[in-house]
Amino acid sequence: MYRRSFLKGLLWFISARIFSRNGVTRAIASTNPDTTATTHANGKSIIKGYDPTRHRYAMGIDVDKCIGCNRCVEACTVENDVPPEPFFTRTWVERYVIKKDKSVHVENISNGSDGPKERLEEADILRSFFVPKLCNQCENPPCVQVCPVGATFSTEDGVVLIDSERCIGCGYCIQACPYGARYLHPKTRTADKCTFCYHRIVKGMLPACVEVCPTGARVFGDLKNRASRLVRFERMNKIHVLKPHLNTHPKVYYADLDGEVR
Amino acid sequence: MSPESFHTLYKLLGSVSGFIYPNELEIRWSILIVVYPYVTGLVAGAFILASLVKVFNVKDVQPVYRLSLLTALAFLLVAPLPLQAHLGRPERAYEIFLTPNLSSAMAMFGFVYAWYLMGVLLLEMWFEYRRDLVVWSREEKFPMSWIYWILSLFSRDVSERAVKFDMKAVRTITIIGIPSAFLLHGYVGFIFGSVKANPWWSSVLMPIVFLMSAIVSGIALVIVLYMVLIPLKGGKIDMKCLDTLTSYLFYAVIVDFSLEALDFIHRLYESEESIQILGVLIADKLMISLVVIQILLGMLIPAGILVAVKSMKFDPELRKLLYFVSAILIQIGIFSTRWNVVIGGQLFSKSFRGLTTYKMEMMGVEGLLVALVFLILPFIILGVLVKIFPPWKASELGEAKTS
Repeated sequence: MYRRSFLKGLLWFISARIFSRNGVTRAIASTNPDTTATTHANGKSIIKGYDPTRHRYAMGIDVDKCIGCNRCVEACTVENDVPPEPFFTRTWVERYVIKKDKSVHVENISNGSDGPKERLEEADILRSFFVPKLCNQCENPPCVQVCPVGATFSTEDGVVLIDSERCIGCGYCIQACPYGARYLHPKTRTADKCTFCYHRIVKGMLPACVEVCPTGARVFGDLKNRASRLVRFERMNKIHVLKPHLNTHPKVYYADLDGEVR
Repeated sequence: MSPESFHTLYKLLGSVSGFIYPNELEIRWSILIVVYPYVTGLVAGAFILASLVKVFNVKDVQPVYRLSLLTALAFLLVAPLPLQAHLGRPERAYEIFLTPNLSSAMAMFGFVYAWYLMGVLLLEMWFEYRRDLVVWSREEKFPMSWIYWILSLFSRDVSERAVKFDMKAVRTITIIGIPSAFLLHGYVGFIFGSVKANPWWSSVLMPIVFLMSAIVSGIALVIVLYMVLIPLKGGKIDMKCLDTLTSYLFYAVIVDFSLEALDFIHRLYESEESIQILGVLIADKLMISLVVIQILLGMLIPAGILVAVKSMKFDPELRKLLYFVSAILIQIGIFSTRWNVVIGGQLFSKSFRGLTTYKMEMMGVEGLLVALVFLILPFIILGVLVKIFPPWKASELGEAKTS
């Protein structure tokens, strides 16, 4: 009798694991900064009436508007429980300085994770600009392709998320991401990255980084909504994406991106 | 993550050269992931050597047939351990079986591994040893007699017909086993070779280079083990076997070297966007491990020694010494190959503008000590296996003595 109920339980367990792959509930639960039972319940109430098939989220970056203030990085850290250490981050800002001799100096001005800084003479500088970076929420994401357990997945509304309760922490997605957008969270020991603040956007709010940007360098919107700011941004600018040759089809669109940016 | 790890990473901040993305400072795939392809390579190599006897009828290497199978098994049992230890959440490893993502190369690990262990290696060994197990279960005293009886799965039939069937089964399994061994290690190469984000890894040649280096390391290991175990067992080394083994080793080294040279020349000639940072990577970070250890010590010198031995008539004692030295050098070289692929591929930034540094832990889970345990453990397992399933009959050791 016991054996029968055990086998029955095992069968239920396995089939439940196999068939509970995608879905918004899982998405909300996996992105909420504090994943407790109550937030799972909240997650369900949040998504009531929310239809992911009617949205397609993306972000625009107006390179010329970024002043390198780093408020986006701070907001992201607070909003998403990003570790304070400078070698784990969901978003960062790079400063590019192209000198008159055509040499390129790149620096991460957000958390100082690269080497010692070099002081550059103003007279030598040809042009300089800031480039905010984050997960590119690819249409064809290599991280989703390689994840051995399907913990990383694409949602119907176009966001790549990680189910931290399924991730085994193998790090294959970190290796596969061409943009260095992923890290292994030191507390959860699972992969972590930008989620476009999924827990906010399904409520109709903006991602934290977009909300705090003082110059409007980050533009967030819904590609399926013609009235969206992002659609206008796409219409008004020459758009480029990072590493297009890798065929990842990023959904972070850069306006006026310099050819030196990788 | 321990405070020591943070401390190490903070210290590494100072040794970054150029620009790297912030999340790239930490080398995610550590020494344990170097050990994994090294150990798997030894499994595949040892098995392919064993198949020379059964499929290609290379009678000269018959004395190492059973040793090769035992070596493959000992290393195969350890192969998943470094992976398991490396996981951020090792307690969830079972997910890879329950919800495998079919588009992931890594998801196939469990299935490839299980197939190779159960479908190929254990099955072949059982048929190969079945007759002996029956005989030993009769000859030995309790409890070994019982152990052998259980291991023989309670079979009693040692008739000529039954033994003939065993041999036929062994041959069939070996024929299936060769592509399986290719799959086992070619697949490991594919895990790296299919990462398009990483130009150091992304190469269609990666699986085949992994496979050839696996064959090299497997043969070299069996040579070392044969030369150590036979004198310990009181036998005499069969020089004909050793000469043939080292000839195969030499051919494998040449093919492996040619493939790696092709890969190198191809990259250099195509001179893609990443070529500069890869050049800096080799010059600044991999000069010792790639140029000195992998190419010079691990390939050119042993290949040179083998050419000298084959072309000149050295006496057997000197030949043995030179073979032994070559096999050891090759072994170090192949370990270095794995290191250069796994660690080397993470040292440069995917922005192609800078390099990070790898500082190996000593005592931690992903440290040197644990890696050494995973490298020594297969030898202990092999020791036990050799005790339970003697690879040589007393008559074989005796024959060698008199020859």
